[in-house]
Amino acid sequence: MMLGYYLDLALRSLRRTPILTGLMVLAIGLGIGASMTMVTVLHVMTDDPLPGRSAHLYTPHLDPLPLDYRQGGDGPDPSDNLTWPDAQALLKAHRAARQAAMAGGSLLVHPERVDLRPFYADGRYTTADFFAMFGVTLKRGGGWNEADDATGAHVVVLGETLAQKLYGSADAVGKTVRLGDKDFRVVGVVADWAPLPMFYADASAKRYSDADQFFLPLSAAMELKLDVNGNFSSWGDDHAETRMTSPTMSWLQFWVQLDTPSQARAYRQYLVDYSAGQKALGRFQRPPGDAKLYGLMDWLAHENLVPDDVRLQLWLALGFLLVCMLNIVALLLAKFLRRSGELSVRRALGARRLDIFVQLGSESALIGVAGGVLGLAIAQIGLWSVRHRPDDYARLAQMDVSMLLGTLALAVLASVLAGVLPAWRACQVAPALQLKAQ
Amino acid sequence: MHIRPILSTLRHHQLTAVMLVLQVAFTCAIVCNVAFMVVNRVRQVTLPTGLAEDELSTVTVEGIDKNEDPQVRHKEDLLALQAIPGVRVAVAVDSLPLSRDDSSYGLCGSKQALDRAMAARSLLAGCADPSVYSGSPGELAALGLTLVAGRDFRPDEYVPAAKGWVIAHVPSAIITRALAERLYHGKDPLGQELYMGDRPAIRVVGVVDELLRPRLRTSGVDQYSVLVPSIPGDDTVTYVLRSATEDRGRVLKEAVRTLAGIDPDRLIPPDKARTFAQIRHAYFQRDTTMIGLLAASALGLLFVTALGIGGLASFWVQQRTRTIGIRRAIGATRGDVLRYFQAENLLIVTAGIVLGVVLALGLNLALMARYELPRLPLYYLPVGALVLWSLGQLAVLSPALRAAKVPPVAATRSV
Repeated sequence: MMLGYYLDLALRSLRRTPILTGLMVLAIGLGIGASMTMVTVLHVMTDDPLPGRSAHLYTPHLDPLPLDYRQGGDGPDPSDNLTWPDAQALLKAHRAARQAAMAGGSLLVHPERVDLRPFYADGRYTTADFFAMFGVTLKRGGGWNEADDATGAHVVVLGETLAQKLYGSADAVGKTVRLGDKDFRVVGVVADWAPLPMFYADASAKRYSDADQFFLPLSAAMELKLDVNGNFSSWGDDHAETRMTSPTMSWLQFWVQLDTPSQARAYRQYLVDYSAGQKALGRFQRPPGDAKLYGLMDWLAHENLVPDDVRLQLWLALGFLLVCMLNIVALLLAKFLRRSGELSVRRALGARRLDIFVQLGSESALIGVAGGVLGLAIAQIGLWSVRHRPDDYARLAQMDVSMLLGTLALAVLASVLAGVLPAWRACQVAPALQLKAQ
Repeated sequence: MHIRPILSTLRHHQLTAVMLVLQVAFTCAIVCNVAFMVVNRVRQVTLPTGLAEDELSTVTVEGIDKNEDPQVRHKEDLLALQAIPGVRVAVAVDSLPLSRDDSSYGLCGSKQALDRAMAARSLLAGCADPSVYSGSPGELAALGLTLVAGRDFRPDEYVPAAKGWVIAHVPSAIITRALAERLYHGKDPLGQELYMGDRPAIRVVGVVDELLRPRLRTSGVDQYSVLVPSIPGDDTVTYVLRSATEDRGRVLKEAVRTLAGIDPDRLIPPDKARTFAQIRHAYFQRDTTMIGLLAASALGLLFVTALGIGGLASFWVQQRTRTIGIRRAIGATRGDVLRYFQAENLLIVTAGIVLGVVLALGLNLALMARYELPRLPLYYLPVGALVLWSLGQLAVLSPALRAAKVPPVAATRSV
């Protein structure tokens, strides 16, 4: 096998110029290390939060804003959320396989245990389909049903950690928990649930670190006037007493499950028809075609969760890699062209241009492997330092196996690419001419 | 120094030289822009708040008893806090610069401006969207704000606010110089009126030099702030304690103990009992890491480029040992050889810089479009060029010195 021979030749050649080789390995290692640190951060931030389920989840968006409404500079888009009347209409219409309206809330928990001080817990006010639609695993008991939604039953589903904190190993189902000065009956306990990112939360949430610790019916939260977290955007004259149910105040998130593309098409049409109906009533002013149905991953792209800083860092790292590659191209060119003599002898002895090309290519690949290993080490240091940042995505910065292999592949690819031009130049050597010059 | 022989040698190594030029060019482009970003962020991180930052400690308290009157509770707390040895003055506030708890209100400098803004549903000239700070009597002195015109609030101007993040109907306000300029365009702001929605007009009684917002927006409007004599009335309140710099740690500890002692049934989140220095640090933590990261990558780039220049130069010296020997044998001095390599490097780096300057401006345009970065000031380019020239000369020095040491006799040896 010629490749083995070439690798042997490459190893000898690299050993002949240890400093130059070291420089090239260092350059590719630094470039790859910096790039892969940032690529990994971006990879974990744009990952699918619910693999297998995300393809069937959609979020409908209406445009109830008046024609002359002008979006403020850095404020949230009011049509990102739904108004109470619209959410109620979509819920009652039952046009999707499953549907749920929701909003985040933070409530003061008063534990029965005397050794625990009151503390705040984050949770979700939502409707019955939430658990089945998102595939939340129930450990004990169950969720609530639509009748509970209709009556505003004072029931709650706890996350496992919160249940454990409040009741230890005892079964929490059937117990009463005091949340924000009101009593709720625990009907179920779910496995801790924190999709990353928290795709269904409002734009003001920390999408990579918040987790819901309790779930209770939205209707109960409305009746008891529990505090709601998130953006409230109003475009009418809303007073404090009526603002939650106002048709000109958006604050609710809404998700639906649609199992087939035709269901999704039908639902999109339903949204347009609904908007047209509201426009005919005079409530909506904008074209009904403004209504949108986003798939889960499209919604995340629309929300643009990756901060500009992270994108900037990625571009910076890729620029760094580019300079490192140019560096290697120059060094390899010098190195290969200096061996014109040796190469022309090989050519004169019958080696084809392709043989020379492969020989030199394997030398660059070898540099790539060494640089990739160094790059992996540097990327681990980089990720370790990212994990110590205060940002809420920071703790996610870990390399999985695919990123690990990707790093090595990128290093080899980069160095082989960097070697193409020098190798091509070197294999242009005419067999006889160089011999004569010597 | 003759340029011709250098050019002809470089023509011999055309492709390699082009690669080096490109490397220098990209490094120049990236480093100029990165340096600019670092300077911008350093400016951001060191923004003055207008406060006596080194002397302030803060404790945030959340009452959970819905039936108690926060105004009574706050008064009692403040009396106890004042009694802590070392505390010069203590006040209750709803928010502080860089605390992120921002209550901003659209307001206008005249009734006409307000009417125009209401009709257009937008803040036009003569109106602004400043952050409003409420506080108990003595806030100005406690925070250490500098009054540049007018007076502090009189005791009879203070109005207790109701529960929630609301401000009372106050008769007067103190505004920042930047806001005065925006609302009254050079007219004397003292005695002017502020219009906030359908509230009665509020009289401007004082102007402070600087008071930063709780949450920064853009540099033009970061100093738009208003102080009002509205005594915070929410369950959640922040106490600000002013003491000598070295007393802060002890004062903070005693304050938490005192507050917990007065009423154990409330929340004093440990992460919100902190000095103002910690508030600033927390607010800018992301920028500080970014500065470190940007600086490290710029240095990394310069390092790799220096390695490339040095590596290639020493390779060329090795390769040309015999040629150098010949030149020495026919009369070139060591200095000539040294200068030859230095000039060669200067030529390559200069070519790189010329291309790099163009690339730097292009990169800046792209960044301006995508990330709303400001325009790169032109003086960054000559500075960047100077850095790269020196870097190139430094990197080539050792190989060039080695070349200068090649004896004339090398001409007779085969390589």
